[in-house]
Amino acid sequence: MSASEPVAPLVELRDVTRSFPGPPEVQALKGVNLLVAEGDYVSIVGPSGSGKSTMLNILGLLDRPSVGEYRLAGALTGALGEDERAVVRGREIGFVFQSFHLMAQRSVLENVLAGMLYAGVPRAEREERALRALERVGLGHRIGFKPPTLSGGERQRVAIARAVAGSPKLLLADEPTGNLDERTSGEVMDLFEELNAEGLTVAIITHDREVAERARRRIRIADGRLTELEAAA
Amino acid sequence: MIRLPRRRRSDAEEAPSTARRIARSDRFTFQDLMAEATAGIGARPARLVTTLLGTVLGIGSLVATLGLAQTTAGQVARQFDAVAATQVIVTPGSASTGGQTVATARLPWDAPERVLRLAGVESAGLSSEVPFEGTITAVPVNDPSAAATAAPPLVAASAGLLDAVRGEVTTGRFFDEGHDARGDRVAVLGSRAAERLGVQRIDRQPSIFIDGLAYAVVGVVDGMERRAELRDAVIVPMGAAREDFALSSAEELQIRIQQGAGELVGEQAPIALLPDEPEGLDVAAPTGRSELGANVQADVNVVFLVLGAIALVVGGLGIANVTALSVLERTGEIGLRRALGATRRQIASQFVVESIVIGLLGGLIGAALGVLSVVVVSLVQQWTPVVDPLAAVLAPFVGALVGLAAGWLPARRASRIEPVAALRG
Repeated sequence: MSASEPVAPLVELRDVTRSFPGPPEVQALKGVNLLVAEGDYVSIVGPSGSGKSTMLNILGLLDRPSVGEYRLAGALTGALGEDERAVVRGREIGFVFQSFHLMAQRSVLENVLAGMLYAGVPRAEREERALRALERVGLGHRIGFKPPTLSGGERQRVAIARAVAGSPKLLLADEPTGNLDERTSGEVMDLFEELNAEGLTVAIITHDREVAERARRRIRIADGRLTELEAAA
Repeated sequence: MIRLPRRRRSDAEEAPSTARRIARSDRFTFQDLMAEATAGIGARPARLVTTLLGTVLGIGSLVATLGLAQTTAGQVARQFDAVAATQVIVTPGSASTGGQTVATARLPWDAPERVLRLAGVESAGLSSEVPFEGTITAVPVNDPSAAATAAPPLVAASAGLLDAVRGEVTTGRFFDEGHDARGDRVAVLGSRAAERLGVQRIDRQPSIFIDGLAYAVVGVVDGMERRAELRDAVIVPMGAAREDFALSSAEELQIRIQQGAGELVGEQAPIALLPDEPEGLDVAAPTGRSELGANVQADVNVVFLVLGAIALVVGGLGIANVTALSVLERTGEIGLRRALGATRRQIASQFVVESIVIGLLGGLIGAALGVLSVVVVSLVQQWTPVVDPLAAVLAPFVGALVGLAAGWLPARRASRIEPVAALRG
């Protein structure tokens, strides 16, 4: 497995603190250190208000640490301007959200194409890659449908296709099963595992123990601090 | 099964710095921008209609106003006598000194030749009434029993006059420049003068006696709408009038011009005629159609242009409102696009282009409706519709401009949406 090869960490957080100015000042993350190797599969669990979302926002370059450094693929991200961060997001990171965030008026194919709009994928290649990604998540037969006509599980698979179509290095999922029932949750988690097996680094934020336990590495976050849990049996 | 590309080490090491040198051409191209912006527009057709309404009304009323103004102006101009639009008359200026009017300048005898050199002049001829107290009769016998009748007016003319006043020869011919130069005693009769003098045929070479001098009648003329009094007159060449009746100068120069050349000829003729003293001549030239049209337009436009402008402002506010609403509704989508790698500028441009396209669309429909209403009104009034193509072509762009102005602020607001806040929930 690719995860066992000694590779440079894809994600490296060093003493990252994120505080929100008050009053009262809130420290959502307190001196967090985290290494995620390429090809890793990490779950981050914790109760609500523990700093999970802040963690995801920082990993996804949607937010900046107040203190500390974040290296993505070995390069510091602190010095990047707003536009450069957007570009890096587009190219290196794929997002999957709890509420899917699909454009209701646009077809499934168009939604997946939107994932490559800002990612520097040549126009001519986009459709082919989107179709492959949709085939990959098992929705090749739904390309012309509008998201509201799909089931929750199908919608999340569209969102995953959108996230991976641009070939990101890191897939960030924020409560990806939060709006799904148990069976479709299982399908989505299977999909994450398959993608990880193909080499994609996956980080899932969840409060669902069952979901979290399927990850190779589990990290618990509580009151802004990280604890690495022992690997599941 | 797809195989996600394996990440190579070298790629991984330099990754974030690639942000600086990403091919611009592949990141959200102009084509992408257009596709995304227009996809948003078509998404809600019902709302689009209400958004367009203000712009359509504004542009439509502006185009209709301009078109109707031009149509009515054209209508007025058409009603003007076509002859008047092609006639220029030059007369010596006059000044009144102690109750008497005195000519301040003289028309040169070669005036027709001088003005014929000007562009737009088709023909020219001098004319002058000859002061004359004698009799004109077709018989040399002095019949004491005949009732005393006033003699028909005697007019001296140059050879080009007939053409210049749009006369036509009924029988015979008009005298030519040779007759004029030699001072030949020939005469041409106006149609009514010929009737009065009992001259019906000229093949018998009839003569008339002007103050006892025999003049050979060479022709009878008619027409001459512009100088209808010539139909009553006996017309003789300038040369003969100078010799026999001591005609000292010509009274007026009739010039027939091409349509639209009035202002030009009116300006140039006095200089050509009297280079040393052009202001000594009075010129009656047709005013340009534009001046006429402008007067008519001014009456119609003020009210409707103001109404159109108000409608346009309302239309702009409508677009601004709907764009702002759509930004609010699509907060999630904006956040998503930012997460997918859109920069603030790309978000802003998407919304600006969207409102520009709405404005353009409103302008197009408005221009079409405006032109249509001009056509319908013209049809009902039996006018000839006139619409400046420029107005119809520019109207959509005015609409686009309104859209740009209206979309600016909401687009800025959209670009400031923080992805973190937008993606929550």
